Amino acid sequence: MKAVLGLEDGTYVLGEGFGTEGECAGELVFSTQMSGYMEALTDPSYHGQILMFTFPTIGNYGVDRKNFQHPRVWAMGCVAREICDAPEKGPSVADYFAEQGLPGIRGIDTRMLTIKTRETGTMRAALIVGDDNGEYAVSCARNIPQISERDLIPAVSCTEAYHIGGSGKRIAVIDLGIKKNMVLSLKMRNADIHVFPHDSRSDEIMACRPDALFISNGPGDPVHATGAIRCISDLAGTLPIYGICMGIQVCGLALGGSTYKMKFGHRGSNQPVRYKDGSIYITTQNHGFAVSADSLPEGCRILYSNVNDGSLEGFENEYLDITCVQFHPEAHGGPRDTEIPFFDTMFRRLD
Amino acid sequence: MPKKPEIKTVLLIGSGPIQIGQAAEFDFSGTQACRALREEGVRVILVNSNPATIQTDPETADVIYVEPIKADIIEKIIEKEKPDGILSGMGGQTGLNMTAELAERGALKNVQILGTPLEAIYQGEDREKFRSLMGEIGEPVPKSMILNSLDQVDEALATVGLPAIIRPAYTLGGSGGGIAHTRDELIRIIEIGLTRSRIHQVLVEESVVGWKEIEFEVMRDASDTCIIVCGMENVDAMGIHTGESVVVAPILTLRDDEFQLLRSASIKIIRALDVQGGCNIQFAYKEGDYRVIEVNPRVSRSSALASKATGYPIARVAAKIAIGLRLDEITNSVTGCTPASFEPAIDYIVVKVPRWPFDKFKNADRSLTTAMKSTGEVMAIGRCIEEAFKKALRSLDTDVYLHTNPNEIRMILSRPTDERFPTLFDAFRAGFPLTEIRDLTDIAPFFLEKIKNIVDLEKRLCDAPGLDDLLLARRYGFTEPELEALTGIGAGEIRNLAGDPTYKMVDTCAAEFPATTPYFYSTLDETCEIPRSDRNKVLILGSGPIRIGQGIEFDYCTVHAVKALRDEHVEVHIVNNNPETVSTDFDTSDRLFFEPMAIEDIMNILEKDHYSGVMVQFGGQNAVNLAVPIHEELLKRGMSTRILGTSPDSMDIAEDRDRFSELLRDLDIPSPPNSSAYSLEEARTKAAAIGYPVLVRPSYVLGGRAMEIVHDEIELESYMKEAVRVSRNHPVLIDSFLQNAIELDIDAVCDGKEVLIGGIMEHIEEAGVHSGDSACVIPTQSLSPAVIAKVKDYTTRIALGLGVIGLVNLQMAVKGETVFILEANPRASRTVPFVSKATGIPLAKIAAKVMIGKMLKDLGIEEPHICHTAVKEVLLPFNKLPGVDTVLGPEMKSTGEVMGIDYDFGRAYYKACISADNELPVRGNIFISVISEQKDEVIPIARKLRSLGLALYGTSGTVEYLADAGVDAHLIRKVQEGSPNVIDLLRKGEIRLIINTPSDKQSRQDHYQIMRSAVDYGVPYITTVQAARAAALAIEAIKKERITIEPLAHYHAAK
Repeated sequence: MKAVLGLEDGTYVLGEGFGTEGECAGELVFSTQMSGYMEALTDPSYHGQILMFTFPTIGNYGVDRKNFQHPRVWAMGCVAREICDAPEKGPSVADYFAEQGLPGIRGIDTRMLTIKTRETGTMRAALIVGDDNGEYAVSCARNIPQISERDLIPAVSCTEAYHIGGSGKRIAVIDLGIKKNMVLSLKMRNADIHVFPHDSRSDEIMACRPDALFISNGPGDPVHATGAIRCISDLAGTLPIYGICMGIQVCGLALGGSTYKMKFGHRGSNQPVRYKDGSIYITTQNHGFAVSADSLPEGCRILYSNVNDGSLEGFENEYLDITCVQFHPEAHGGPRDTEIPFFDTMFRRLD
Repeated sequence: MPKKPEIKTVLLIGSGPIQIGQAAEFDFSGTQACRALREEGVRVILVNSNPATIQTDPETADVIYVEPIKADIIEKIIEKEKPDGILSGMGGQTGLNMTAELAERGALKNVQILGTPLEAIYQGEDREKFRSLMGEIGEPVPKSMILNSLDQVDEALATVGLPAIIRPAYTLGGSGGGIAHTRDELIRIIEIGLTRSRIHQVLVEESVVGWKEIEFEVMRDASDTCIIVCGMENVDAMGIHTGESVVVAPILTLRDDEFQLLRSASIKIIRALDVQGGCNIQFAYKEGDYRVIEVNPRVSRSSALASKATGYPIARVAAKIAIGLRLDEITNSVTGCTPASFEPAIDYIVVKVPRWPFDKFKNADRSLTTAMKSTGEVMAIGRCIEEAFKKALRSLDTDVYLHTNPNEIRMILSRPTDERFPTLFDAFRAGFPLTEIRDLTDIAPFFLEKIKNIVDLEKRLCDAPGLDDLLLARRYGFTEPELEALTGIGAGEIRNLAGDPTYKMVDTCAAEFPATTPYFYSTLDETCEIPRSDRNKVLILGSGPIRIGQGIEFDYCTVHAVKALRDEHVEVHIVNNNPETVSTDFDTSDRLFFEPMAIEDIMNILEKDHYSGVMVQFGGQNAVNLAVPIHEELLKRGMSTRILGTSPDSMDIAEDRDRFSELLRDLDIPSPPNSSAYSLEEARTKAAAIGYPVLVRPSYVLGGRAMEIVHDEIELESYMKEAVRVSRNHPVLIDSFLQNAIELDIDAVCDGKEVLIGGIMEHIEEAGVHSGDSACVIPTQSLSPAVIAKVKDYTTRIALGLGVIGLVNLQMAVKGETVFILEANPRASRTVPFVSKATGIPLAKIAAKVMIGKMLKDLGIEEPHICHTAVKEVLLPFNKLPGVDTVLGPEMKSTGEVMGIDYDFGRAYYKACISADNELPVRGNIFISVISEQKDEVIPIARKLRSLGLALYGTSGTVEYLADAGVDAHLIRKVQEGSPNVIDLLRKGEIRLIINTPSDKQSRQDHYQIMRSAVDYGVPYITTVQAARAAALAIEAIKKERITIEPLAHYHAAK
């Protein structure tokens, strides 16, 4: 099957299509993780993005639904140098993509595209499977709006509130596109979990009498998470607030800080962060926007920063009892080094 | 955290000679550690007995001791140098064991143990401590039992069951271990294991054979930051030592949740061990269940592989951590812009394949087990697994025999040997279903599928290949000659269709950050990352995997050549495929290509940039063999690049017997009568004309492969059948064999006008023992000034006559006052590092400078005159290779070498023997058995040993003639005569040294059994009369005077 990937700068590369014929467009991002491809593809934060893996052989151990972070693949398309056609178990990624009607391209020089992305910054891209018209792919890439102009959250958030019973602390979760393992990390600690859609109002949330509010990860530019920002503004100081990934960005915005689009973001499972006491943790990350550390209002204290580029990775506001991180302590995929420091500390403090 | 301010001087212990299970990786790690420490202003004291190491170079460490790695000697060095710390984890198991021993004898009272704490050394090696630690932290280990004696076998059988794995404690590369399927096997392996173990302890454990074998390289700093540098997966399932397995990086068949389970366990383990630095952790994994198999709390062969696989310099970082720096305070020197506190992300596949010495040891047991037998390894990088597999197999540079018989294939697959991996391909070619191959091998279907992909493509290529197939073939790493053979399409057309190979960078971060380190591999892809520049560049060919006959010495020469050229502002690039070496360290050269080294690979590199020259002299015979093909290809393509140094034509003169004989005739220099033959008929006639015994060998030999002394026509016939297969294009060389001659090795540098003689080495063993296996001494001990003058004259005239530019090694034999030329090799020899360390003259560096046009007189180097004595002794691998004949002959068998240096021959030889694990006794019993022809030579040796207070034992013949000569000796039975015989005494530990020369065919069996027992029970032994004489001198010297313990620089300053 023919396929072409076009970029907004006019570059296009021909490859072999897999999955289903069709077109998709979005921001082309790369992740350097070497395992956990299905965790990434099903992560709702990749909505609006075409996910390219730098690791050259993807799909080595097939598709296991147990590892999905959401019931479906959210990345718009998948770009790989090679997809393993005969994994030891389960359907191959290519078969799964075909079954689900998803587009993918393989057999291309992903390293070249990674370097291009690193040098020019994230670009819009279009993936055409079933055709090899590069010019057309480029024009499709140029025709989609910038990711900042798109509100991607409604598509990935739940539409109705739901409840996962537990005997422990009651946690209200605002779902901006939550990964399954965030919920599991709360559940493992016996939390009584109430999950709310992204546009829930603070009074709706408070009706369940939560012990804490938790803001999830989500796709795209955090400025579109207006519901969540309003909730935090309303509730900050009345109950402890925790946030992960888009959660930190939303907290930052609610407190009057600002966020910015990163050149090409952090995506992978090898990102080092430095805790305030100097210790280093290796974390999973997936974000293209970040909170500007300088913009944080008084009373906020930096908890974590990225060791590579110094960007903000976590902050707290003791007075308002807000704690949030940019990386993913719930892992899946990636290292679990921060799961205990983040979630155990959270629940200890709620006790 | 700043570095520990109290640590100003650090002692680093190297790993000694190259041996099976402990190869060049520790020179690589130790050298990196030395540099890393000195960058932080720490003074480094280094002890290593191996002269062919970069770490023992004056520019690597501050003070260097080339001394035996023995506790009493190192204790004296500690007293003298007063180090503040000892870095325990850089010298392999030797370094760790030595640290433990030093601590036990109280030598480290004022010395901090850095990196690996003492407790972790015990926990890593003492099985019981390891198990109890794992128990404490809740990590599963296989069911097992510790044995200290053979009486406990039945108890072990009941606890653990069969099959069971036996691992002796405190041995290298699992030596002496194995898998037992029956009670008898269990008893046999336990008995040997108990003897090999330093603490007389073996572990018998639950077999997890067939499980996946997974390894992690973990780093931890003093502030408890832990990172995983690399996860690696063995293609061969559990049951085969990881050093014997084909290994891939990163881990490919584990889901992320499975991977993270083991990753988290690794971090828990390194924290429990409290290691500050690097640690290797091995797991067996099966469907959600795992066992911790082994922990190496130090840098290792695997960590060297992980360093090369990821670009992350584990030893460098570990050394900095050991003196207190934190991971985030150390810069990732590959990117130059990020700290070392991250986990490398790679965007390629790495495959490692071991290199075994079975081409040298036809009688060895080739089974792969939990003990190591390989001497080296190759690493290959590809963008897909198929490509990496194919590149790795090519890098091995071994003859691969095609197997087509299904029963034979089944046999090889089910009982793993060195042949198994290539035979997997044959199995698919023969139509075996994948499931059957999996059942026979326990290899994960994922890997088998990749091999099947290659074989399926081969079939399509043979039939009617489409363009897609050709492109795929190039991506899979099929070479031009392979494709031509399969498809009939020539190299040029393939290039037109599929394009040129491209080079991608190894950058630790999958291109997330710009990298500055120029470390490349080839693949077929869209863009090439090599920046072209106009600087003057030279490509140096490395030596590939460590094998017998081509060891670390050539890597040493390669690294020296690089340094010399960089001093001269020449940009130097290296191509090599051995992950253990200093030459493949990312900052050794200006650009590193990790590639196979066939002509196609070299030409691809040369085409990508402008090179003024290629150097082939330093990489050993393999590189030299490429000189002519590269030269011809350069001319054909009209490229201006040249082979630097001695011209390919001159090399051909040296290799071509007839042309070389002609040169010697012209120069009027004698050589033993010799000839060459292309057929059996010709060989018969020519051998008869020369007169038996004759020395026969194929031309273009590597470490004397297939070289033999033949005594008659029948032996000649059987030899010819073997040799002609070894090399079809080159004739068999026939030389008259000079009995009882003294053999010499000479290393020299020639600039075309002048010759610098670096050293004349006198062999201790007589001619007939391969020069690589012979001990030798500088300066010569028994040559008259007239003979020495003749040797120098011949060397000078041959070097000039051959047109040598660069290094030349000559082998001569001296009989009376006549000096015969045996051979001339216009390249680096394995003695170059020894000569350089013995004399202080860096021959390889001088040669490299000469090769780019410098003249010796301008370099201002004088011929060395030394007042000390240096002895090179070799290390033989018999204790690692059951079944191998221990007799030395014209086939090289040793894996590595050591140097003993002192102010007289006796003491230097004594030190060399200690370092080669052949410690000469100063009291106790010696067993002597020497054939009667040599008795005249033996009697004075025996007399001397008696007078030195040693007791002698011998069998009837020897005791009789010794008694006749007035030397008393105790009589014991021959082995065939039943017990108690010498083997019984050996077993009881009552014999401290064996002197036993190979004899006639009848008593050969006796000799073989005695030597085998000596090897198995670790008793020193000597197999030549010359070595026995040297030993007697050594024992005498050591009784008179203490050995000198001085830094190497003192000897050189004294001249």
